Amino acid sequence: MSRKYVLNKIRTALGRWAGQSADAPLVTRLVIPQMTTEEKVAIFLQAIEKLGGQACRAFSSSEVCALAAECIGEGPAIASNSGILQEYGITALPGVQAGFKDPEELKAACNSSKVGITGTDYALADTGTLVLFSSYEEARMISLLPPIHLAIVPHERILTGLDELFSVLPQPAEVSSSMVLITGPSRTADIEQILVRGVHGPGMIYVIVV
Amino acid sequence: MREIPVEQFRRTLEHEALQAAIYTATGRLMKERARVVAPEVLPDFEELRDQARQIKRHTLDNLDYYLEQFENAVVKRGGKVVWCKTGKEVVNFLQELAASKHARLIVKSKSMTTEEVSLNEQLAHQHVEVVETDLGEYILQLAGERPYHIVAPALHKTRYEVGELFRDKLGVEKETVPEKQTAIARRALREKFLAADIGITGANFLVADSGAVVLVTNEGNGRLTTTVPKVHVVVAGLEKLIPRAQALPVFLKLLGRSATGQPLTVYTSFLAGPRREGEIDGPEEFYVVLLDNGRTRLLEDGNKRESLYCIRCGACLNHCPVYRKIGGHNYPWVYSGPIGKIITPQFLGLAENAWLPFASSLCGACAEVCPVKIDIPTILLELRKEEQTLALRQGKGRAERLMFRLWAWVMKRPALYEVLGSIAASVLPCKEGQVWVRDIPAMLNRGPVNAWLSQRDFPTLPKASFRQIWRKRVAKG
Repeated sequence: MSRKYVLNKIRTALGRWAGQSADAPLVTRLVIPQMTTEEKVAIFLQAIEKLGGQACRAFSSSEVCALAAECIGEGPAIASNSGILQEYGITALPGVQAGFKDPEELKAACNSSKVGITGTDYALADTGTLVLFSSYEEARMISLLPPIHLAIVPHERILTGLDELFSVLPQPAEVSSSMVLITGPSRTADIEQILVRGVHGPGMIYVIVV
Repeated sequence: MREIPVEQFRRTLEHEALQAAIYTATGRLMKERARVVAPEVLPDFEELRDQARQIKRHTLDNLDYYLEQFENAVVKRGGKVVWCKTGKEVVNFLQELAASKHARLIVKSKSMTTEEVSLNEQLAHQHVEVVETDLGEYILQLAGERPYHIVAPALHKTRYEVGELFRDKLGVEKETVPEKQTAIARRALREKFLAADIGITGANFLVADSGAVVLVTNEGNGRLTTTVPKVHVVVAGLEKLIPRAQALPVFLKLLGRSATGQPLTVYTSFLAGPRREGEIDGPEEFYVVLLDNGRTRLLEDGNKRESLYCIRCGACLNHCPVYRKIGGHNYPWVYSGPIGKIITPQFLGLAENAWLPFASSLCGACAEVCPVKIDIPTILLELRKEEQTLALRQGKGRAERLMFRLWAWVMKRPALYEVLGSIAASVLPCKEGQVWVRDIPAMLNRGPVNAWLSQRDFPTLPKASFRQIWRKRVAKG
C-alpha cells in the first residue's frame, strides 16, 4: 500500500511516530481596517472599474430592476435562484430564464445565454472581489458559462478584504462544497503578454450594489 | 550523468527573436510584481513572507499529521484520497478510473504536477483524449512542447506562430490578433468542456482542516474543469498542504502578486468534496491524488527541506539572469529556473543532473524575491558540495582536489606566497594603464588557463603587493 509506505517514509525522515500530534500552527494576523459602509462601497465600486468591470449603485428595487434590464438588453439571460433576484423583479424581466434545478438543463441553458445573473454571498472591497457559494440558490455555472456576468450585491455584504472574509468565515467548507472568489473578468496574457478578457469565463462583469 | 546541452544553449542564445521574447516577458512580470509589493502599496509584505515561511515550515515538519488530517476531512465530505509513490501509480489510477467511467474525454486545467507524470501521452495509449484548457498549455499541447515557464507556459511563442499553429491544427483561418485567437480557443475548448467525462486539476493549496483544494486561475478553465464534468480528480504534490483555511489570505496575497503582479488572481476556488445535497451543479465524485514522486526524499535533510516550501509563483525565474538568457526548455525537467535547479536534482537524483546546481552565478536574486524566502543560493551550494563528494567517491576530480590542496598549502605559507606572487607579476604582462590581463604568453595560455581566460578576465597584478607597501610604511614609521 502506497499510503502506508509514504507515511512511513515521511515519519522516518522527520523522526516522528504514528499518531504523534503537532503543535498548534502559527495564527496568522488578520487585519481588518475600520471602515464605514459608505467607504467600503466606494472602494469596492472603484476596484471593480479598475479591473475592467462596470459597477453602479441603486437605492430602490425599481432602480435595480431598471439597471439590470439595461444590462440584459434582449437577452437571453439566465438567473440564479437567489431570493433577491425575485425580490427585485429581475427574474420576471423579458428574456430571463430562472428556476433551474437539473444540472444538465442548466448547462444547456447557461451555454446558450448571453448574461448570467447572480446574487452575491460576500464582496471584498479592496480587491473588487465577489464571493459566491454553491448552493440551491446559486449554481456554479451561471457566473461562469455566459459571456457576461451580472451580480447584485447587497451593500451589507461588502467586507473590507480577504482577512475579514476568513475571520467571519474561518471554515468555508462547512458552508458549501464550493466557494469561489471572482476578481474581475476572466483574462489571459498567454500570447505575447497581451491582455485579453473573456477566455473561458465571462469577459464582462456588471455589478449593481444595492 | 546527463551531458550539459551546450549546443542547445547556443541555439537559444543566438535566436534573437526568442531572446527578445524571454527578456520582455520576464521583464514585464518583474515590473508588475515590483509595482504591487512596494512598501507604499503593501506595507506588510515582509511580514506576510515571514508568516508564509513559518507556516510552510511548521506544516512540513509535521507533514504526516496534516496529511492524515486532510485525508480524514476529505473522506468525511464524501471525497476519496489516493496515495501515489510514483508518477506511474498516478497513471495507473487514472487509467483504471477512466476505464470504469467509460471516459473518452478528459479536460485538464494547468498543472505542473501532472507534467511530472506525462499523463496525456500515457492516457492517449488507452484512447482517452486529454485536453489542456489553459490557453498557453493548449497552444503547447497543439505544438507538442512542454511548458517554458511555470506561470506563463507559452511565453516563447509569438502570435504569428500561434496563428499558424491554429490554422494547421484546428483548420481555421490564420489569425494573428490575440483577442481573436483567444476566441478561437474559447470556442474549441468550450465544446470539450461540455462533453468531458472527467476533469483533472492540480492544486495550489490543500487545506488540512477543511479537506479542501484551493485552485487559482485567471482564465476560468480551473472553474470549468471542476464544475462541468461529473468527476473531478485533483493531482497534487503532498507538500501543498497548509494547516488551516485561515492561513489562506497570507498565501493568496503573496501568490498573485509574486506571479503576475495581481493583488488577487481572477478566480480562487475553494473546493471541499463533491456536490452536496441541495446544490444544483458540480462534480458527483471528488478524488485527491497525493503524489510523492521523490518529495519525501527532501524531508530527510533539514536544511534542504525548505525546497518544498515553493508555491510555484515563478518569480525566481523572472529575476534569474540565467533563465532570462537560456529560457525554459534548456532545463532537463518540467521545472525550470532557480527552483528547477534545486528541485530537479533532489526529486530525480543528483547523479543524473549533476551540472544543474553549477549553472548559476549565485547572485541571489531568486532568494530576494521568493515569497516564502527559500534560500536557493545556499541550497545550490550544498548540492554542489554533495555532487563533489559524490564525484570524489567515484574517483573523479582527483586532480582538482590536488590543485586546491596545493593552493591551500601555499596560502598558509606567507613567504612562499610572496615569492610566487612576485614571479607571477613578472611573468604576467602589466602595461601602464592596463587593468585586465588580455593576452598572456602563449606558453602559459593552454589547458585550464586557456579555458579559464576564455570566459573571464583577470585583473593585472600591481607593481608592489600589499605586504610590500605595508612593510615600507612600517619602516618609515
